[in-house]
Amino acid sequence: MPPIDLKDDTAVVIVGSGAGGGTLAHELTRRGIEVVLLEAGKRQSTETFSQVPGEAFAQLTWLDARTQSGSWGVARDFPTLPVWHCKTVGGTTVHWTASTPRLQPWELRAKTTYGNLAGTSLIDWPIPYDELLRYYELAERRLNVTRRNGVPGLPASNNFKVMYAGAKKLGYKQVHTGHMAINSRAADGRGFCIQQGFCVQGCKMGAKWSTLYTEIPRAEATGNLDLRVESAATRIEHGTDGRVNAVLYRDAQGREQRQKARIVCVAGNAIETARLLLLSESSKFPQGLANSSGQVGRNYCHHTTGFVWGFFDKPVYSWRGATLAGVVEDEVINDPRRGFVGGYRMELLGLDLPTFASVGLPYGWGRDFASIIDNYRNMAGMFINGEDLPRSDNRITLNPKVKDTYGLPAANIHVDDHPNDQAMRKHAQSQMTKMYDAIGAKRTVPGPVPPATHNMCTARMSADPRDGVTNAHGQSHDIKNLFISDGSALTTSGAANPTLTIVALALRQADYIEQETRAGHI
Amino acid sequence: MDPLITLDRRDFLKATTGLLTGVVVAGTPLAMIAEGPAWAVDLTAFTSSEAATLLAITRTICPHDNLDDLAYALVVQATDSQAHSDAHTRQTIKDGIATLGAAFAASPENDRVAALKKIESSEFFQFIRLKIVQTLYASPIAYAHFGYEGEAFSKGGYLLRGFNDLRWLPEVPPEDAGPIPVSA
Repeated sequence: MPPIDLKDDTAVVIVGSGAGGGTLAHELTRRGIEVVLLEAGKRQSTETFSQVPGEAFAQLTWLDARTQSGSWGVARDFPTLPVWHCKTVGGTTVHWTASTPRLQPWELRAKTTYGNLAGTSLIDWPIPYDELLRYYELAERRLNVTRRNGVPGLPASNNFKVMYAGAKKLGYKQVHTGHMAINSRAADGRGFCIQQGFCVQGCKMGAKWSTLYTEIPRAEATGNLDLRVESAATRIEHGTDGRVNAVLYRDAQGREQRQKARIVCVAGNAIETARLLLLSESSKFPQGLANSSGQVGRNYCHHTTGFVWGFFDKPVYSWRGATLAGVVEDEVINDPRRGFVGGYRMELLGLDLPTFASVGLPYGWGRDFASIIDNYRNMAGMFINGEDLPRSDNRITLNPKVKDTYGLPAANIHVDDHPNDQAMRKHAQSQMTKMYDAIGAKRTVPGPVPPATHNMCTARMSADPRDGVTNAHGQSHDIKNLFISDGSALTTSGAANPTLTIVALALRQADYIEQETRAGHI
Repeated sequence: MDPLITLDRRDFLKATTGLLTGVVVAGTPLAMIAEGPAWAVDLTAFTSSEAATLLAITRTICPHDNLDDLAYALVVQATDSQAHSDAHTRQTIKDGIATLGAAFAASPENDRVAALKKIESSEFFQFIRLKIVQTLYASPIAYAHFGYEGEAFSKGGYLLRGFNDLRWLPEVPPEDAGPIPVSA
């Protein structure tokens, strides 16, 4: 399509092209709505994805300066990389590992289910589960999720055979190769998974769903999408009427541009989404946009995580095969007798050698450390994906001491683990250790909390405008034509990897934007 | 269930042109401290003795006795190259090496471990540990040594090359897994 004029104020401007922004762009453009899609990163493809882990990391990762504080383990183990998400067309759907479980009904009623827990800022979701379920079903068809709608599961890898045998010894029942947005057979114009084990480096088969080669090219094919790469949004502007009307961004040459907008949808991943809203403060909105509640950036959730590695006397070759294709779901329950509220999944994990050494084992050295690496061939791996509880002071703020390339303050990420998160991690690591021990592990090694890959809740949906940033449609409470379209809008984290929920909410938001536009409400 | 790759030292030397430069340069720093090397590292930031200490630090932090010095030399080279382009890094490392003293490289492992323990929380140690871990295990010779097979796209993935060849545990029932999408 011809580029949308910078002064054209009829377009919808979406910031970020990942699971939320990329899906929303497709949904709006196929309805005939013109969209300017701003993406800070470059455009890669299945041809250009590097197969050298270190290069792939540099090619895809958001590496702009950030700071962090708080007592979480990440501050100690990964001081320069608190979060690990992408800066590229397709966003974090380029490096994700494609696990797509659903949240459970009771997880949406988090406050009601868990009660008044000290040190948390829990609320219930403003969406009835049936409503979310309808969109989960649409999202699962869109992503061709395995073990749904008659789509076969992925085959069992060596690493999964180890997980499965251990889980069964412990009496777990819900153990399978997962609900995955990875083609178990050719579909959707994409091939099937050939078990490369390079999900995180970008799937060169295109078997893993990513907006990069699904939603975005389809949006382009409608003739209604103007995708601008290497275009970093720096500020959202508003008029005297309090409605947003333009997005300032820096183009590939670093020049400032101003794109007029009818509606602005922010989907920059929970860190950058909160940062952009805060950076957009004005005399009318001195706390930042959509922030009359003071909730922008607060309640940051990232899931309770942590690895366990099991070492055996025979080879496992855990790097062979889809990175995350295996799960134990029996602990996705709320049973406070375990010593904590909320649930967790145990998910399969294989890491390539350099990533295992630097991310899977970021501490230790000497003979013991070396002996672990020496047994890499005989290693199986798992990690926890559990609900972490929102805390008001776990938050994204602007750090005036550290600036990005444009001289704007970087994001600071502050996290103090809640005692509930610690109790859950301890329980989960103990269960995973028992699983490996039950089938004769020679040694088990608990790994660290890795840099956060699931960033959520920093502009959360709430029924009461005082508790959050948006309504049940991701529409900001304060500004009717400003939407949040990524994981920032999740009300709580639940125990489900967030992408399926982000896509479901984006599909729902597209319906709402179309309907409200037609009705003349926005 | 066999490893799929082998790579010997000669293959590595062929494959590594451009990683290590100056093949067989008698009297170059690392040539002097490594047994029978067929390679050497061009140093731009460090002296020979500093490089020797760096190599000893690397072997102490990640001691794999049978891993070729080539793999460790790549760490020295990567560190040297970063120190060349960044003055703060250069100074931090030079100061750290000076703290350990000239005798460090030749001292027994227990003494080297004790010396490093004392500076474990220093910026120098944190930096050098991370650099070592990130570099040492990323080279083709390390892949071969540890049996890591690396990228598989160019070979058709692991689907028909061992992703499910583990036989020492029961097979997973079909209802909890899924079919192989091609007939082998």
